[in-house]
Amino acid sequence: MELVKNVVCPFCGTLCDDIVCKVENNEIVGTINACRIGHSKFVHTEGAMRWKKPMIRQGDEFVETTYDDAIEKAAHVLADAKRPLMYGWSCTDCDAQAVGVELAEETGAVIDNTASVCHGPSVLALQDVGYPICTFGEVKNRADVVVYWGCNPMHAHPRHLSRNVFSRGFFRERGRADRTLVVVDPRKSDSSKLADVHLQLDFDKDYELLDAIRTVVRGKDILYDEVAGIPREQIYEVAEVLKNAQFGILFFGMGITHSRGKHRNIDTAICLVQELNDYSKWTLIPMRGHYNVTGFNQVCTWESGYPYCVDFSTGEPRYNPGETGANDLLQNKEADAMMVIASDPGAHFPQNAIMRMAEIPVIAIEPHRTPTTEMADVIIPPAIVGMEAEGTAYRMEGVPIRMRKVVDSDLLTDKQILERIRDRVKELQASK
Amino acid sequence: MQKIIKNGMIYDPLNNIDGEKMDICIDNGKIVDSVANDAEVIDASGKIVMAGGVDPHTHIAGAKVNVGRMYRPEDSKRDVMARGGGMRAGSGFSVPSTFMTGYRYAQMGYTTAMEAAMPPLLARHTHEEFHDMPIIDHAAFPLFGNNWFIMKYLKEGDLDKTAAYSAWLLRATKGYAIKIVNPAGTEAWAWGGNVHGINDPVPYFDVTGADIIKGLAEVNEMLGLPHAIHLHCNDLGHPGNYETTIASFDIPKNIVPKPKYGHRDKILYATHVQFHCYGGTNWRDFVSAAPKVADYVNKSDHIVIDIGQVTLDETTTMTADGPMEYDLHSLNGLKWANCDVEMETGSGVVPFIYAARAPVPASQWGVGMELFLEIKDPRKICLTTDSPNAGPFTRYPRVMAWLMSNKYRMNLIENELHKWAQTKTTVATLDREYSLYEIAQVTRATSAKVLGLSDTKGHLGVGADADIAVYDINPETQDLSAEYMAVEKAFSNAAYVLKDGEIVVLDGTMVKPDLYGRTYWINTKYKPEVEQEVLVDVEKWFRQYYSVNFENYPVQEDYIPRSVPLLGDSVPGEASGKEPAIEGASK
Repeated sequence: MELVKNVVCPFCGTLCDDIVCKVENNEIVGTINACRIGHSKFVHTEGAMRWKKPMIRQGDEFVETTYDDAIEKAAHVLADAKRPLMYGWSCTDCDAQAVGVELAEETGAVIDNTASVCHGPSVLALQDVGYPICTFGEVKNRADVVVYWGCNPMHAHPRHLSRNVFSRGFFRERGRADRTLVVVDPRKSDSSKLADVHLQLDFDKDYELLDAIRTVVRGKDILYDEVAGIPREQIYEVAEVLKNAQFGILFFGMGITHSRGKHRNIDTAICLVQELNDYSKWTLIPMRGHYNVTGFNQVCTWESGYPYCVDFSTGEPRYNPGETGANDLLQNKEADAMMVIASDPGAHFPQNAIMRMAEIPVIAIEPHRTPTTEMADVIIPPAIVGMEAEGTAYRMEGVPIRMRKVVDSDLLTDKQILERIRDRVKELQASK
Repeated sequence: MQKIIKNGMIYDPLNNIDGEKMDICIDNGKIVDSVANDAEVIDASGKIVMAGGVDPHTHIAGAKVNVGRMYRPEDSKRDVMARGGGMRAGSGFSVPSTFMTGYRYAQMGYTTAMEAAMPPLLARHTHEEFHDMPIIDHAAFPLFGNNWFIMKYLKEGDLDKTAAYSAWLLRATKGYAIKIVNPAGTEAWAWGGNVHGINDPVPYFDVTGADIIKGLAEVNEMLGLPHAIHLHCNDLGHPGNYETTIASFDIPKNIVPKPKYGHRDKILYATHVQFHCYGGTNWRDFVSAAPKVADYVNKSDHIVIDIGQVTLDETTTMTADGPMEYDLHSLNGLKWANCDVEMETGSGVVPFIYAARAPVPASQWGVGMELFLEIKDPRKICLTTDSPNAGPFTRYPRVMAWLMSNKYRMNLIENELHKWAQTKTTVATLDREYSLYEIAQVTRATSAKVLGLSDTKGHLGVGADADIAVYDINPETQDLSAEYMAVEKAFSNAAYVLKDGEIVVLDGTMVKPDLYGRTYWINTKYKPEVEQEVLVDVEKWFRQYYSVNFENYPVQEDYIPRSVPLLGDSVPGEASGKEPAIEGASK
């Protein structure tokens, strides 16, 4: 058995880069350091069915085919479409994403990633009021007050707490004991159990609570006995904890980006962090989900100027979330073809969007059998980045790390598949 | 393919050529003595010819640059380009997308540009953006001035270890020079503080800005780096900061330059000095101290500065000077972005509107112009706007036109600028006008030389890279002082631009947009036995305090497809065989 060290985990936005993979006969048979989710991604626990060959739908059946045929079909679908949509991108590497942006330009497509159904509201908020962040190491070395708002890292980012909060840092030699941990969540969760302070607010009242804390931080009084189900006195106490931090950090997740208020919640959370800097040092970090969802926003921004929801139908990049998002195009029945890569909208999109997906040709570049591939017309399986292929990914706060290749695969990479589609689309466009 | 540029008027300060009519011969991407009779002829009659522009300080690639793009869709909307003519689509006025950045530089006749601030932990990001930036040769300067290892070794007084660590960090990040930003101040900002002046110690590490500047200036020469230390002084933007500025300039003056590559003869490169020339104690009694700083520079031989000229635009400020950006946000109330980077540095981004009618921006415009006009020797000046901080790089042609025309400046001062430009600065009393020779000096020659790249860049002598700009300006028939708008237009849209001997721009239009430039970086080691000791420290701190593993930190060679390492085994121009073949270097 061979041990491959310093492997980067292709699961969540924590992007742990200290995984050891146990390899036997070109297969990953075990891991060290990975969390349970990461481990199961590496070793393919039962239940995950891998596509080994490209497939094309014929009636109700999928028929095995070659890469050449699948790519030819995909290129025709995209070249013939009037308003193609390219969605996903968050579980592949930046080089593939870059080819994707070029392909979107070439076909006049709308390109969007999973941010539009997770931290899209955070993007809108940072475009409104700003984006004060730091890297993980700053949290580990300095943070004495840590807030998790609307997220449950023990389940969704299992090593986030152990790497950043429980671990000992340069100025926090006792690790967890040197920090005050605040969890804000309407539910009791495995994360809230670990907290020093659990603010169990009323569901959908995040904005109210944030606003009340801001009020106190700004030296004004709260005129009610309780806000969002939290007693007035406790809000004052928490505001004091936040103001007296030496270094505070706010991690926030989808419990606040997608509850009532959406980007307005994040607006006011960012403003709170900015105001706390009048008293101490505060920054925030969005708890991004897919391991490279951040990377797509980076690539799409440096190539087009906008992070997601980019419409190339006029040749120029246009950005108007609410009009140019994946769900907008599907639910408005604008999209007449869709390419899905490195994500599973079939499992996660609303019913109306799924109904449109069922009506139009769908190309899925996807390693596993998923609800999306069930609806697809063409399935093109890639090698999995981080296990069978190299590439760059950006951690949730923007630290770029090189994903390692651990085992070999006969499959093409996402990047190679996209390059071949792009080249073929160019030929088709030229012959029009 | 051989080419010859015929009958142009040549402005080439590094070779003392001031407007002579000469032919430039090109073979295999280089400038040569002569070419065969069937060489392609480029007719430059009635036009001027300069080496490709060299921008020594700009922010075009990397984490904070991309935050500037991402969080300002309102800026992206102001300048949008469609795909076409082989060009990629893009957007962004003050912070253009990567492809657009390459095209826009090339259209102005610039062929080399340096990213002036690269957080080491995020170096891979900068290189990824370079990968998507056509035409221009480039390099990036990693940030050293608030790095924990640097501060620790300097505190211990161990210059050997500081040098060995610095060499390792340049290799690990594929960086080019030692960049220092608000030394000690950005580390203080990690606790929400700042330092004031050069003698204020940083919390815990207990070294001062002065210690850091002096230590790193010595290390720079111990390593023999091509470029000087690249310093962004403390107290940026504060009234009264000129004393800090002059004191900072004075720190390294007795060190002797010893570059192992190139022909640099200066010890210190001070950047965007316009922001560091303020007198008074607050914005009410503020007055320009540019004459004092210019006087210091006039009397000193160890320093080169760039200006950071305010262009009176709405723009996006971005810097590793984290506390400064927070102060700016507190001042103008516009959205604040920040990124503190563990063990190394920080950064901030804030939009800013330099309105001509507002008192402070008008004065800042005047301060920059005072520096340009009062420093006598243009060999000590580089033209920059600290793009996009004082204005986007696409305004360089306007700055050139201002420098060449007192009339242009007076029109602005009398009709558009707030009166503070006249009452707080002396700019209205200065009628000096730059010649084309001086423009070539401050946009190409000074920068190429102080970067250590003047063997191949910044001039038109035999052996130089054939990076050449031909502008539709005729000093024999035009009064350049009076026809300033024509000058601005000509510098904005070069008649021809050649990159490595290929015509990439014709009449201001990109004709070969898929050519990609080189990445320069420093491949050096300082005393291998000391480096061994240092790496023991580094690995230990990585295990305990970094959030990435040591083995995953260095930027892999895969990120540098057109790599030009300097100082190590291979030096371009020598028979090392490692100079990448640029011909057909498109991706």
